[in-house]
Amino acid sequence: MIGIGMEGSANKLGVGIMLHPNDGSPPRVLANVRHTYVSPPGEGFLPKDTARHHRSWVVKLVKKALRDAGVSVKDVDCICYTKGPGMGAPLQSVAVAARMLSLLWGKELVGVNHCVGHIEMGRLITGSTNPVVLYVSGGNTQVIAYSSQRYRIFGETLDIAVGNCLDRFARTLHISNDPAPGYNIEQLAKKGNKLIELPYTVKGMDCSFSGILAAIDGLAASHGLGGQGKDDESNDDDDKPTRADLCFSLQENIFSMLVEITERAMAHVGSKEVLIVGGVGCNERLQDMMGIMARDRGGSIHATDERFCIDNGIMIAQAGMLAYKTGLQTPLKESTCTQRFRTDDVFVKWRD
Amino acid sequence: MTEYKPPPLPSPFTHTTPPPTLLTQGAEAHLYKTTYLTPTTPAALKIRPSKPYRHPILDRRLTRQRILQEARCLSKLVREGVSVPAILALDWEPQGQEEKDALEGRAGGAWLLMEWVEGLVVRVVLERWEGWMKRNTQMGEEQRKGEESRVRYLLRRIGHVVGGLHKAGVVHGDLTTSNLMLRPTAAGSSVEEDGGNPSMEGEVVLIDFGLAGHSNQDEDRAVDLYVLERAFGSTHPRTEPFFDELLQGYHEAYRGAVSTLKRLEEVRMRGRKRSMIG
Repeated sequence: MIGIGMEGSANKLGVGIMLHPNDGSPPRVLANVRHTYVSPPGEGFLPKDTARHHRSWVVKLVKKALRDAGVSVKDVDCICYTKGPGMGAPLQSVAVAARMLSLLWGKELVGVNHCVGHIEMGRLITGSTNPVVLYVSGGNTQVIAYSSQRYRIFGETLDIAVGNCLDRFARTLHISNDPAPGYNIEQLAKKGNKLIELPYTVKGMDCSFSGILAAIDGLAASHGLGGQGKDDESNDDDDKPTRADLCFSLQENIFSMLVEITERAMAHVGSKEVLIVGGVGCNERLQDMMGIMARDRGGSIHATDERFCIDNGIMIAQAGMLAYKTGLQTPLKESTCTQRFRTDDVFVKWRD
Repeated sequence: MTEYKPPPLPSPFTHTTPPPTLLTQGAEAHLYKTTYLTPTTPAALKIRPSKPYRHPILDRRLTRQRILQEARCLSKLVREGVSVPAILALDWEPQGQEEKDALEGRAGGAWLLMEWVEGLVVRVVLERWEGWMKRNTQMGEEQRKGEESRVRYLLRRIGHVVGGLHKAGVVHGDLTTSNLMLRPTAAGSSVEEDGGNPSMEGEVVLIDFGLAGHSNQDEDRAVDLYVLERAFGSTHPRTEPFFDELLQGYHEAYRGAVSTLKRLEEVRMRGRKRSMIG
């Protein structure tokens, strides 16, 4: 069985093609193409501009994916698209494109939950069977574990996502958004070494990031570190933190919070495996910290690289095809998208 | 996969005979049973090991903050006469471990030594009762009523204790039936079983104040009650219909209950999980 996955819930437009061999051998990635809408430093991506980007690239990407995979339209069994959660306008653009292809080619549609896509792709790539999942990206922060046909949310952010906190701080510092603001913060953090005290806001298995963002934005302003054209590693006064120190402290603080809530969820469900998915999951410092925690519990960590961590089309294809095989299809009439779509709303028919 | 090895005990517990025995390992803390002053006085030792994944400065700050927070809540509650374990000793930065820990790549951590509470946690008592009820389906109406009234009475006593807690200006932060104990009263051999049906006599004691804090807000108190209600609903479905009894007990023990219970209505409506944005 061959499926196309189309993802565009945020500023990444991804088209992927997956093969699930009929002999039951492991699924294979046939194509994984992506194009990212990058906004200028100091700015975030706006829904209407992002949607316009997706509309103008989607046909090119689908063609390229088919070419990369070396498959023709008649080989394709289903078209999977992101139903939500995400930004409304970009989601709509991709849903319209998916509907168009479905009508044009006469293929079935499958609407996929974006978060479940991340989880299923992570499980496939790392081979972890039943891990506690930390899903961290620009729009989502959740600690998830599987239990009786649902991916249950054990902990989550009470306000903004962890990636949103990083992205917005990158804006404050006018750090480049290319390839991703979080990536550039990570590089800058490697040059910092002074730990600045920030709020540490864990509540049970939930956490909160908006106060931390306000605090570090305030620090950047009071030390004159915001805006463009500033030196990253020095400050006119040696006692003051540098831009690199702020990035370092922000990462240390918020990643400690994430590892703490993940550990709590692991203790709660008695699991020894952790899987990190989502764009922030690429961060090597986060992976390191999680690795130390898992090691101390006698467990192990599974993480993937940017091809699979960052939003992509194959994860939508993977989750969609698992559902399609159990008989799920999304009729044209119901092929809507939604900005709010909780991970635990999905009935996971394909797992025991 | 490496075999799990608990972190080293802080001094002086490295020299205790017999050595402390590990009871449970949570995410934050390890709970040991040990003795205090005399070999026949049992005590509960809670160790918050240092977390090597955290920056050392942050780790020290959090560990110290949390152990002191827990100790302050407990000592206040003891003064106010709420049934909680008394504190015997604590240290937020154990000494004499640095060298050994440096070798093993981990710092000490903090510890809290508390009075030992005999008995069973309420979760176990209720699980046994539910199991017993399930096995005895053909009991008469009268006996069933009797059984239910025992549970009602237990829930009312739990309500009293939680009311006392909130009256003292402390919120627990993690009120579940695993953090409530039933201590047999000194007078009789109360926690005995009658063919698998557990006794529900005894004193209700609150334990594990790892997430507790001082608060005078209805919101925090209401969330405490909500978490407890959910714990009853998910873990002990048979007892859920009697939760009102607990709230009744709460009301009797705590004069500010009216506004807290009003707030609880709101918290219930809201749920802890709202629909996610973005």
